Formats: sequence, C-alpha cells, structure tokens
Amino acid sequence: MEIVMIFVIGILFTCATYLMLSKSLLRIIVGTGLLSHGVHLLLLTMGGLKNGAAPLLGENAESYTDPVPQALILTAIVISFGVTAFFLVLAYRAYQELGTDNMEKLRGIEGDD
Amino acid sequence: MINLLLLPILIPLITGVILIFFPKNVMAQRWVTSISAFLNIIGAGILVQKIRKDGIQTLDVSSWDAPFGITLVSDMLSALLVLTASIIAFVSIIYSFRSIGEERERFYYYPCISFLLVGVNGAFTTGDIFNLFVFFEVMLMASYTLLVLGGTKVQLRESIKYLLVNIISSALFVITVAYLYSVVGTLNMAHISQRISEVGQPGIITVIAILFLIVFGLKGAIFPLYFWLPGSYYAPPIPVMALFGALLTKVGVYAIMRTYTLFFYHDTGYTSQILSILAILSIVFGLIGALAYWDIKKIIIYNIIIAVGVILFGVSSMTKDALTGSVFYIIHDMLIKAALFLLVGIMIRITGTSNLKEISGLIKKYPGLAWTFFIGALSLAGIPPLSGFIGKLLIIKGGFEAADYLGAAIVLMSSLLILFSIMKIFINGFWGPSRSYKGEEKVPVKTLLIAPVILVILSTLYGVGADAVFPYISQAAETLVKPEIYIDAVLKE
Repeated sequence: MEIVMIFVIGILFTCATYLMLSKSLLRIIVGTGLLSHGVHLLLLTMGGLKNGAAPLLGENAESYTDPVPQALILTAIVISFGVTAFFLVLAYRAYQELGTDNMEKLRGIEGDD
Repeated sequence: MINLLLLPILIPLITGVILIFFPKNVMAQRWVTSISAFLNIIGAGILVQKIRKDGIQTLDVSSWDAPFGITLVSDMLSALLVLTASIIAFVSIIYSFRSIGEERERFYYYPCISFLLVGVNGAFTTGDIFNLFVFFEVMLMASYTLLVLGGTKVQLRESIKYLLVNIISSALFVITVAYLYSVVGTLNMAHISQRISEVGQPGIITVIAILFLIVFGLKGAIFPLYFWLPGSYYAPPIPVMALFGALLTKVGVYAIMRTYTLFFYHDTGYTSQILSILAILSIVFGLIGALAYWDIKKIIIYNIIIAVGVILFGVSSMTKDALTGSVFYIIHDMLIKAALFLLVGIMIRITGTSNLKEISGLIKKYPGLAWTFFIGALSLAGIPPLSGFIGKLLIIKGGFEAADYLGAAIVLMSSLLILFSIMKIFINGFWGPSRSYKGEEKVPVKTLLIAPVILVILSTLYGVGADAVFPYISQAAETLVKPEIYIDAVLKE
C-alpha cells in the first residue's frame, strides 16, 4: 500500500511543479493546492498505513493506528485552506489592479510607492 | 507563575482579537496596541529574570506530559529573543502613529501586528516541531496581510511572489517533519534529540538536516535562497519593513540555531561545512548588493543578508565562543536593523525619494537625525564599544578556534565593507550642499525620531553595558552547547 501511495504522491508533486512553473496565476494557485495535497498524503504515509483499532485507552486491541499523523494533517489542511483562500483573493485583486494574470507581464511594473 | 511563558503569546493574541471589533476608532486602536505591547515587554522581562534565577521554564499544555502533548519551552535564548521582539514591536507601533497613514490604520493594521507578534513569540517559545510549523504559519499569514495592506501595485506584485515562495517552503517544512516523524516517531524537540542520539546520526538524519536548512534558509534568507527578499521587503511601508527585517528573518535563523544545536550535533562534519560555506556566501553576496545599490532601502535590506550570514557562521563553528557571539549578535542585529530602517524611513519622508543621488546635506537641518544615524551605522559595522563589536569578536574568535581561518577572515573583512556601504548613505545623504525638498516642513521629524532613538540608545547600552548583559547571553549559549540541559528540563528526568 505504501508503494502505491508513494507513486501517487510523486505524480501529485510532478503535476504541482508543472503547474507552478506556468505563466498563468490561476494555474499557479491550483499547483500550490496540488502541492499541499501531495504533502498531506506524504505525511499520512510516513506515519505508516497500518490497519488497526482506534487508539483508545483501556481497549486491548492487538494493533493501533497511529493517531498523530492524522491530527497533524488536519492542522495542515486547515492552514493550507486558509492560505489558498487568501491567495485566490490576492490574485483577483492583483488582476483588477494590474490588469493581467500573466506572470511575464507582471514583471517590471513599478508602482507608485 | 507557571504560565508566565504563555504571556508573550497570549497578550498579543487577546489584543488582536479585541482590536478586530472596532477598526474605525483609530485612537482606541493606537492606545490598546501600545499598552499591550508595553505589557508584553514587561512580561518578557519578568520571564528573562525568572529563567536567570530558576533555569529553563517549561509548560505542558493541557497537562499532557512532556513527550505526548505540546510543550512550550522557554530557555534563555528564546526568552531574550521574545524580549527583543516585543521591544521592536512596541517601537514600530509608536513610529506607525505618525507615518503609516489613517487609511491603513482603519483596515486592521494594528490587529495584524498583534497577530504577527503571536506568531514570532510562539515560534521562539515552542518546544514542539510541528507546533513550530503552526506558529510559522500564524506569523506568515499576518505578514502576508501586512505586506499587501494598502494595495499599491508594487505591493500586490511582490505579495504574490512572497506568498508563493512561502507556500513552497511551508510544504517543504511539512515534508521534513513527516520524514523526521517516520524516523524518530516523536514531535517533541527534546525527545527527538534524545532519540537521534540513541541511534547515532545515520545518513537519513543528515538528509533531514539539509531539508531543514532549505526550509529555514528560505525564511531566513541565506545565500541561494534570498532571491525573494530584496524585492518583497522593498514593497511595504517603513514600519512594516522594520518589523519584517528585524523579526521575520531572525525567526528562520533562530530555527536553524535551535535545530542544528539540538538535533544535528553528532555528525557535524558534513552539515556544519555546508552551513559555514552558505553563511560565507551569504556575506559575500549581501556585500555585493549593499555596495552596488544607490537606493538607501536596498542598502539596508542587503545588510540583513550579511547579518544572517555572520550569525550562521557563528552557529556553524559550534564552539562555545562562537555560539555566544551568535546569540549576542542576533539581538544586536534585531535592534540596530529596526533602528536603521526607521531612520531611513524618516529620510525618505523628508526627501520623497530613496535614491541616494537625489539626497544631500540633510545634516544642516536635521542634526538629530544625522547623528542618530551615525551611531547606528557605527554600531552596525561593529566599532567598539558599540554592540556589534562584541558579537563579531566572539564569532571570529570561535571561527579561529574551529580552524576555519578563511571564513573568520571574511567575516572580519566584511565589517570594513559594511562600514563603507552604510557610510555611503551618511556621506552622500547628510553631507554636501543642502537642498530643499517638496513638503519637508510637514514631516514631524521630532516625533518620528523618538522610536529609532529609543532603539539606538538600547543598542548602545547593550554594547557599553556588555558586562551586565553577558551572564544572560552566556546562559543562553550554555544551553546551545550542552543540549542535555534542554532535554533534562523538558523531559524532567
């Protein structure tokens, strides 16, 4: 199972890198979204994909699932959600003010300081 | 008083939340923020004294015992940095009153500064590697807002870059934490250190060490990863720039100091060498930037990169002297960088330009500004008895002890070029024929000057009174040299 997951993560990272290297701002944002998905899956996989009972005190199961990576992912998802939302708003405002979402054209616009 | 170390995180957090409710009442915003920032300084000061007396303070949040729950740890290094950060925040807030403009003040400027302080102080205080990531994000989120607040074209453009760079570095941070967790199976920093020393330091840990260097290097702007800094820090208004320049990069540097002295001290052959080379290259490239530009903001910005290099060179030597020097220098640099940014801000307000070639003869009309800048400049370059000297002396001494003669020589030579780069501003900007500038009468120079003068006085006292400060610094370095002290304090064995 871990091997499959690693391939999935690799594909996600590849797509994210490709998108982030493109010129359109919206594609870059989608790329960052994919990157954070890849990171979250990696975090889950690195904790070990075990099958087992819920990690409860007083329950005598043979194997437990490690709860820590899940807690970490939950935190990381919330953070990346917030950052992506901010990025989208920023991109929209930048599009309104600067009149373009093409990173090439953004270069060299000197604003009023 | 066991919750004392929570104060520097809680005070700004509560202040920020309260401030959100009445954004349009600017006077109340100013009062509440400055009082809370002042309380924060007092809290941090008490914390420093407490640690001086009783050693490292820890707090197991929600009473989960050390390796299982999140632990907050305040050793001397983090307490001193929290104190310095609080002082700089207070001073920047005072400076903002007359310079940031009411438009920004109405749009959640002060809450953002409070939240920034939550993130910075939290990152200094936490003893849990994932919690460090969370506080980094709190700090970054506030910094995104502060960077873009005002919405001028240049700010929007630079924010996009800054945001993208930081998203990638945060993703790398989580990846690194995931690798580390899969190897050692714990997140508590003291516990991680213990586990790593049990297994020695196999290759995979060295890989993780380099990944950490990339992550924190992106935040702290070391040599190949500083490319975003000169553009992004150039965009926001001056008080925000001072906060960013003094605090944000130093959080990255602190994280490198902490991880490299606590986790990766077993097999230092490879990691220390890389750190030392990168530090030296940061100094060299920072110097090239600082000497090449005729824009006063850019000159100071490139001086940030030089200072990061000097501090990290001390960390890479790993001797007691060098680490003491690094701790001494990081605090000095926070104070003096904030002061210089604020002073340069006044110059830009008076002249309306940041191009050094269009500025001259300011000393006739503004002698106070000129001499404050002069003292700040000497202190930055490390002229004895000012504060830059002692830190640099110890770092160079440590470099010689570690037999890194070339590196130590470059740090030594860099002082001369730093002096040149900063004196360029003084000679061209303050001397020469006096000019008159449009609208200079309206600039409240005296009121604006209060904030940088406080910082320059503090920094001078810090240098002249080094004897009084030294026990604190040396206690901070002691923990860095002997990680056992930190581990024992956290795990209570």
